[in-house]
Amino acid sequence: MKTLVWVEHDGSAVKDATLAAVTAASKLGEVHLLVAGAGVDGVASAAAAIAGVATVHVADNAAFANALPENLAPMIVDLMGSHDAFVVPATTTGKNVAPRVAALLDVMQISEILSVEGPKTFTRPIYAGNAIATVESSDSKLVLTVRGTAFEKAATTGGSASIEAVSAGGDAGLSSFVGSEIAASERPELTSAKIIVSGGRALGSSEAFEATITPLADKLGAGLGASRAAVDAGYVPNDYQVGQTGKIVAPEVYFAIGISGAIQHLAGMKDSKTIVAINKDEDAPIFQIADYGLVADLFTAVPELTAKI
Amino acid sequence: MKILVPVKRVLDYNVKPRVKADGTGVDLANVKMSMNPFDEIAVEEAIRLKEKGVATEVIVASIGPAKAQETLRTALAMGADRAILVQTDDEVEPLAIAKILKAIVDGETPSLVILGKQAIDGDNNQTGQMLAALTGYAQGTFASAVNVDGDSVNVTREVDGGLETVKLKLPAIVTTDLRLNEPRYASLPNIMKAKSKPLENKTPADYGVDTALRVKTVKVSEPAVRSAGIKVADVDELVAKLKAIGVHS
Ligand SMILES: Cc1cc2nc3c(=O)[nH]c(=O)nc-3n(C[C@H](O)[C@H](O)[C@H](O)COP(=O)(O)OP(=O)(O)OC[C@H]3O[C@@H](n4cnc5c(N)ncnc54)[C@H](O)[C@@H]3O)c2cc1C
Ligand SMILES: Nc1ncnc2c1ncn2[C@@H]1O[C@H](COP(=O)(O)O)[C@@H](O)[C@H]1O
Repeated sequence: MKTLVWVEHDGSAVKDATLAAVTAASKLGEVHLLVAGAGVDGVASAAAAIAGVATVHVADNAAFANALPENLAPMIVDLMGSHDAFVVPATTTGKNVAPRVAALLDVMQISEILSVEGPKTFTRPIYAGNAIATVESSDSKLVLTVRGTAFEKAATTGGSASIEAVSAGGDAGLSSFVGSEIAASERPELTSAKIIVSGGRALGSSEAFEATITPLADKLGAGLGASRAAVDAGYVPNDYQVGQTGKIVAPEVYFAIGISGAIQHLAGMKDSKTIVAINKDEDAPIFQIADYGLVADLFTAVPELTAKI
Repeated sequence: MKILVPVKRVLDYNVKPRVKADGTGVDLANVKMSMNPFDEIAVEEAIRLKEKGVATEVIVASIGPAKAQETLRTALAMGADRAILVQTDDEVEPLAIAKILKAIVDGETPSLVILGKQAIDGDNNQTGQMLAALTGYAQGTFASAVNVDGDSVNVTREVDGGLETVKLKLPAIVTTDLRLNEPRYASLPNIMKAKSKPLENKTPADYGVDTALRVKTVKVSEPAVRSAGIKVADVDELVAKLKAIGVHS
């Protein structure tokens, strides 16, 4: 089987989520990559160095600059003529593009796979991860999105794939990119951070979040996360949200501070290696999954922890 | 302009799903079912566009069992004008849902279709993007703001690094994220009024769509359970535990 993996990148570097998708694809067959964008030579060379990759297809075109699915999908459908599976990291960009390709191929996509059980058989979470379905496709081609936390990352060195230019494609004339508000941050990205410190509704304000949660994250070199309640209340930006409908994370250590532990939140972090919970309510559901629980007022406990760690 | 809002009846988000002992699925007998929360946000957005004078009619559609009528009535009580129930007791996958919706779009020619970004039962996050592919329309997924401007719509999207805005030619497909709006509750008079709003009954066959499953569920099982650890007495004990696993500044 020949797989085509969508390379998630920021214009210069390959994003980590891609590396998990490469591992998933390698369980199915030969791994080919697609680097689409404008001025992506650097990304293409980085992609060619990923271990185990046979070919990198490079679609360099101004119309692909902002990953608009209307422009990308027809080009990908074209490439899928010579591939059997389209394998995509389950990031917001991946989730935007993959189903559009699947429908054009008349394939039923399998979302957020957790494992490859056979050539057409996969496991995936349903109901916020409260159940795991084993599913088998009967379509002639596969379109899969891959949950990044469920697969090892492929090595970024050791490969020497050939690079081939894709000439197809252009502007479909349906959509255009207006702008973005992407906060530049020195902090590790949530989905690849080793430690994550998350705060919930209990923080009460963005000032309190900044004064209480941020210093602990700074001291540990950790990523910052939040519950939906904290995001909805405007304490932190939307991309901090961890959960069923936010980011799925599995760091070495996850701190849930002033977070009750709703199933939608647990869905995004319960595969963390060690979970630490600080909550003043000893019956908070978060304690049912925490390795270390501290029943305390976060406004005194967290500064003390930050000072002592 | 017309707006179409597809809504799905799902297990209420407050109910903890239980896997059936025979491994065939999640137990839906005698549990509370509700409108998919993202679809409530979609209905709300459509109604607001009507209240602003941007839209003239809001049509809601659901593919599902007879009981999905209740979900449609809820949308009508919120303020939608009429409903279409595409009735089937079979499980229908996003691809087939998108095909049925495509047929509805062909008949109704809405300028905007607003869907949820994902149904919280299957967590597929596919239908809107698939409908966009089948109709050949532009798509604005994970929307946190929707602004119609003449023959186009600006959609602000919640993406991994923050927010981005795209401009889409109408007609277009939008899927909602959590921050788009806060859905209203239907008032009692509106719930009464909704009972007499038009609800059309259809079947997948009326639209010529084959709903045979492409992806078969082999089994459904419980996830690995994570057992509770220990409660530490104070910050000092927590610091000691963390140091023991290599966490320190
Ligand atoms: C469709 C849908 C999707 C959703 N997706 C997500 C998602 O992706 N991620 C997500 O997180 N949620 C999601 N939710 C929301 C989820 O159901 C919960 O509402 C949310 O997680 C609650 O956030 P919280 O724990 O911060 O707030 P709360 O549940 O209000 O908990 C606050 C906690 O803080 C504790 N506390 C209060 N004061 C203090 C103090 N001084 N010191 C210590 N502890 C204190 C309280 O005891 C309580 O346990 C979703 C909901 C829906 C309907
Ligand atoms: N059976 C259905 N009937 C109507 N709309 C649906 C149905 N299934 C999915 N949808 C719509 O598609 C969105 C995404 O669903 P999904 O792709 O299944 O995660 C939902 O939020 C609904 O707006």
